[in-house]
Amino acid sequence: MKKHTTRKATRHISQNEGLIFEKSSPGKAAWKLPPLDVPEVDTSKLLGSSERKTLGSMPEVSEIEIIRHFTRLSTWNYAIDLGMYPLGSCTMKYNPRVNEFVSRVEGLANAHPYQPEKISQGALRILKTLSDCLIEITGMDAITLQPAAGAQGELTGLLMMRAYHQSQGNARKKILIPDSAHGTNPATAATVGYAVENLKSNDRGMVDVAALAAQMNEDVAALMVTNPNTLGVFEQKIHKIAGLLHEKGGLLYMDGANMNALVGKARPGDFGVDVMHLNLHKTFSTPHGGGGPGSGPVAIKKILEPFLPMPIVITKPDGTLGFEYNRPQSVGRVRAFYGNFGMFTRALAYIFANGPDGLRQTTEDAVLNANYIRKGLEGVYDLPYETPSMHEVVFSDKVQSKKGVRTMDLAKRLIDYGFHPYTTAFPLIVPGALMIEPTESEPLEELDLFIEAMKSIAEEVEEDPQFVLDAPHNTRISRLDETAAARKPILRWKRE
Amino acid sequence: MSYPTDRKYTKEHEWITPDGAIGITNHAQDSLGDIVFVDLPKVGTELTAGKPFGTVESVKAVSDLFAPVSGTVTATNEELATSPEKVNKDAHGAWMLKIKIKDPSELNALLSAADYDKFVSEEAGH
Repeated sequence: MKKHTTRKATRHISQNEGLIFEKSSPGKAAWKLPPLDVPEVDTSKLLGSSERKTLGSMPEVSEIEIIRHFTRLSTWNYAIDLGMYPLGSCTMKYNPRVNEFVSRVEGLANAHPYQPEKISQGALRILKTLSDCLIEITGMDAITLQPAAGAQGELTGLLMMRAYHQSQGNARKKILIPDSAHGTNPATAATVGYAVENLKSNDRGMVDVAALAAQMNEDVAALMVTNPNTLGVFEQKIHKIAGLLHEKGGLLYMDGANMNALVGKARPGDFGVDVMHLNLHKTFSTPHGGGGPGSGPVAIKKILEPFLPMPIVITKPDGTLGFEYNRPQSVGRVRAFYGNFGMFTRALAYIFANGPDGLRQTTEDAVLNANYIRKGLEGVYDLPYETPSMHEVVFSDKVQSKKGVRTMDLAKRLIDYGFHPYTTAFPLIVPGALMIEPTESEPLEELDLFIEAMKSIAEEVEEDPQFVLDAPHNTRISRLDETAAARKPILRWKRE
Repeated sequence: MSYPTDRKYTKEHEWITPDGAIGITNHAQDSLGDIVFVDLPKVGTELTAGKPFGTVESVKAVSDLFAPVSGTVTATNEELATSPEKVNKDAHGAWMLKIKIKDPSELNALLSAADYDKFVSEEAGH
């Protein structure tokens, strides 16, 4: 076989490391407390049988061992700070350092949720300003920042929608969901108590408007649509879709996971959306994928405002900000306190650092990067839908699977080339999908390396499919047995 | 792939025998990949034709199982709880449910082996 070089990655010594429990030996410690300078308290008298007499099996290690343990583990990791993370639909964009700087400002980082409103004016101002910015960006009328991430945002949105329908005298029975949807959409609808009805996509990968018209009736509470959808395709008939729903009293829910393709260019509120969630950890550059927590604000039209989770931020007669709890129609609180506040400072820092023109360019660059990859790999990988791509592109393994190599195998080999894999086998309407989202963060050089790697892998499939089936070859451990892990999971380590 | 002619097939990739044994097709197990969990209804559950009755989970996705015809569950294949891989190894042998079919004429609306084979190759053509 021709020698395929991986310009981006090379072999490198990485150190083995066991579990921290295995390094433990009695008496080692990385701390020393000062002598007790207050009267000692009899803890068993205070706590009775609840007092814990021993620490159980806690690791006992020295400071350098702790530092080395976590540093060594960190070198096994792959992160956006090392290279491209083209996980489609996840928008793994760079998290700018200014976000971290702002969120660590002492008065914000140490603010307590129970401190009085009069000394929380700065934090309240952040909630208010971020809300105003997101309302402006989405073209909606009001917003809640409470939901902890996207799926909880969906839940909150649907609870508000259900409360609205109830207030109209009929909670309705069904929610329509296109077959290209994120799995969370039907899960949310079912959790809220709705029956889910599947809506087939047409051959351009969009909602089939005629099918929608046929399925739409007074039992339908809403259509949950992702726009651009999971094929990276903009729903060009979105206005018409909204009209069909509204005619029969239904509402249009938009999953905002792909808002990275719209910010500064199109506003869901303008194209008929009634309720939508945003993922601050996708579109607005807050940490994501183990580094979270996430944040899933829900923006709504005026008709849903009475049902917002409480409390809401209001401007009081004296001009100061405060919380309003008296909301009789509210769906209630959905998250402790006011949501994941640390993410609000980061998202707001991102919005201010970019400004309106910067955000617009972010969107343009995200779409440009995805289309650059599409152009670079067209003809090498099968493109099941030729409809124009927005911020991500979906190929299939149709060509490579003839040699027995599937999307998961290609993704494993991509690791050898120094990239995080793309999203495999999703959306489900594309058999053997390769879902690639570079985001706007990537410079041209990284995109070229990615295209080169993907072309090289396609050549390897032609020359020696088994080599790709056995990938990855250069990683610490070879291919994991994912099936055994799912069938017979070992969930904890036990001391022998 | 030739599909057994002793049974009928659905467009959702289930098969059913005239005496009411239900499973998924070889094409279905192949597209799902390694199956790790099969969630089935209890004996006595009423199934309605075309409605979901359970789920099958693979390393890739969780998919609904749809009732080919209406009926009442008389037995479930308990072996699949500990050995879901049997579906991958022998999809047409590994039955999931046995049901008492409510109206045998509903079977007439389902696909024959030849029709299902044709349906699968057309679907793959997209």
